[in-house]
Amino acid sequence: MEAKILSPEVEVQRIRDQFPILSRMLKNKPLVYLDNAATSQKPQCVIDALSEYYTSYNANIHRGIHALAEEATAAYELSRKTVAHFLNAGSPEEIIFTRGTTEGINLVAYTWARKFIKEGDEIIISEMEHHSNIVPWQLVCEEKNAVLKVIPITDDGELKLEAFYNLLTEKTKLVSIVHVSNALGTINPVKTIIEAAHEKGAVVLLDGAQSAVHLSIDVQDLDCDFFAFSGHKVYGPTGIGALYGKREILEQMPVFMGGGEMIKEVTFEKTTFNELPYKYEAGTPNIADAIALKAALDFMAENADHSLRNHEAELLSYATDCLEKIPGLKIIGKAKQKASIASFIIEGIHPQDIGILLDNQAIAVRTGHHCTQPLMHRLGIQGTVRASFAIYNTFEEVDRLIAGLHKAIKMLS
Amino acid sequence: MNDQTIKETERDIIEDFSWFETWEEKYEYIIELGKKLEPLEDECKVKENIIKGCQSTVWLVAKFEDGLVFYSADSDAVIVKGLISMLIKVLSGNTPDEILNAKLDFINEIGMMTHLAQTRSNGLVAMIKQIKNYALAFKSMQVPEKNINYG
Repeated sequence: MEAKILSPEVEVQRIRDQFPILSRMLKNKPLVYLDNAATSQKPQCVIDALSEYYTSYNANIHRGIHALAEEATAAYELSRKTVAHFLNAGSPEEIIFTRGTTEGINLVAYTWARKFIKEGDEIIISEMEHHSNIVPWQLVCEEKNAVLKVIPITDDGELKLEAFYNLLTEKTKLVSIVHVSNALGTINPVKTIIEAAHEKGAVVLLDGAQSAVHLSIDVQDLDCDFFAFSGHKVYGPTGIGALYGKREILEQMPVFMGGGEMIKEVTFEKTTFNELPYKYEAGTPNIADAIALKAALDFMAENADHSLRNHEAELLSYATDCLEKIPGLKIIGKAKQKASIASFIIEGIHPQDIGILLDNQAIAVRTGHHCTQPLMHRLGIQGTVRASFAIYNTFEEVDRLIAGLHKAIKMLS
Repeated sequence: MNDQTIKETERDIIEDFSWFETWEEKYEYIIELGKKLEPLEDECKVKENIIKGCQSTVWLVAKFEDGLVFYSADSDAVIVKGLISMLIKVLSGNTPDEILNAKLDFINEIGMMTHLAQTRSNGLVAMIKQIKNYALAFKSMQVPEKNINYG
């Protein structure tokens, strides 16, 4: 059967029609949702997956012997396989379900780092990291008397690679880097970073919170040792995410949370632990949301193909061009390689004032420091206004953003 | 010196806002109030006076004279400044008890309740708390009533 090739506009509308919230009116105007870096909206298939689980086959998994338990277990494990395929992991045992990126990073900090980081060892992060990829390592370094080193960035928001190479030493045990910056949109050259880190015997964790939805992820090709991402940013529900870890590394790590599911045998004298990945999934997991995550990843596989990724790139390009024409507006984050995020400031106007007036025009953006206070400090600013795009956003919505900005600026001047 | 009661000032503000037909008119007025608010001297913009919200910063100073509390405040965001201006107009120059008992219904009446929402983290919620804390502190500094001795 020949595939029907639809025009981009029709394609985007076809996608939009699958997202019920996008037809919402706010203050009598159609919603313009440009806060996708904070969280994405959900297609009907994801909403239905959640509902269907609780309607038809809700049961606790792994231990039950009845039909519902078998169905629920099968669906949960199928979702794990889907995540493994989504990331091109070697096997599903390398996928640990978590609550999201933050939990994934903390899991590595509390297990791998607790065992392998010793006094005087070094951990490298960057100036553009989200707090979730800073604080866990600060805690580790404080506890272990280790050293936290920070890769500086250029004014355009790119990592200074030369500086990174100079920071790498034989003492470097871990490099933890954001793949795509949530504040700037910068796509970091992670493959290069991973190669260099491995040469020094260091492992690499990638914060994939933003990259999982905008880029095609292949953890084997990247050769990263850990990759953490969040379901709610890839059109899936909140409260679910996954941590990928290379099998040989996960097997050497101590356990994280103790309890049911993660054990093999429990006596008061000694308890033995379960194999991967269950070793890291204590207690009843977030079954429904894990299953709905599969629906989201299937949706992405079907819809977030090359042409729609292209659409995102064109939206960013169009938005950037329009924004740059606004007098007094400065784009923050001008890396050569960027994903769907446009952060900016306007001279003499506080980002929050812009955000409030855009909100009154039913335009949802994010303002503030975006959980990257050190980055804002480095750039000498308090915060930015951030518009972030998804495959369902349109050029008309960018036009509404620009018109809304003009109006806000006029009111505030 | 506040010649009107808190309730009377609130009623005046609600009356002013009742003339606005669109959100633009409302916010233009608030922005105007914000721009007109007397800025705090730089020496007052110190750590002790900061009420830090997630997105905008508010500085608050209070003094106690002749049994009345007077507030001055500032912010780096102009809409918050406008709201501060109204709060000061309502509360400044009153006794600690009057301030502590103020319900500040006018904020809801003029449709600005959203700015007190949790998500805003704009320092405004914390500021109102701090305003009341100052009133409480000044109240406790007042000469205590004579203790009645039993037996």
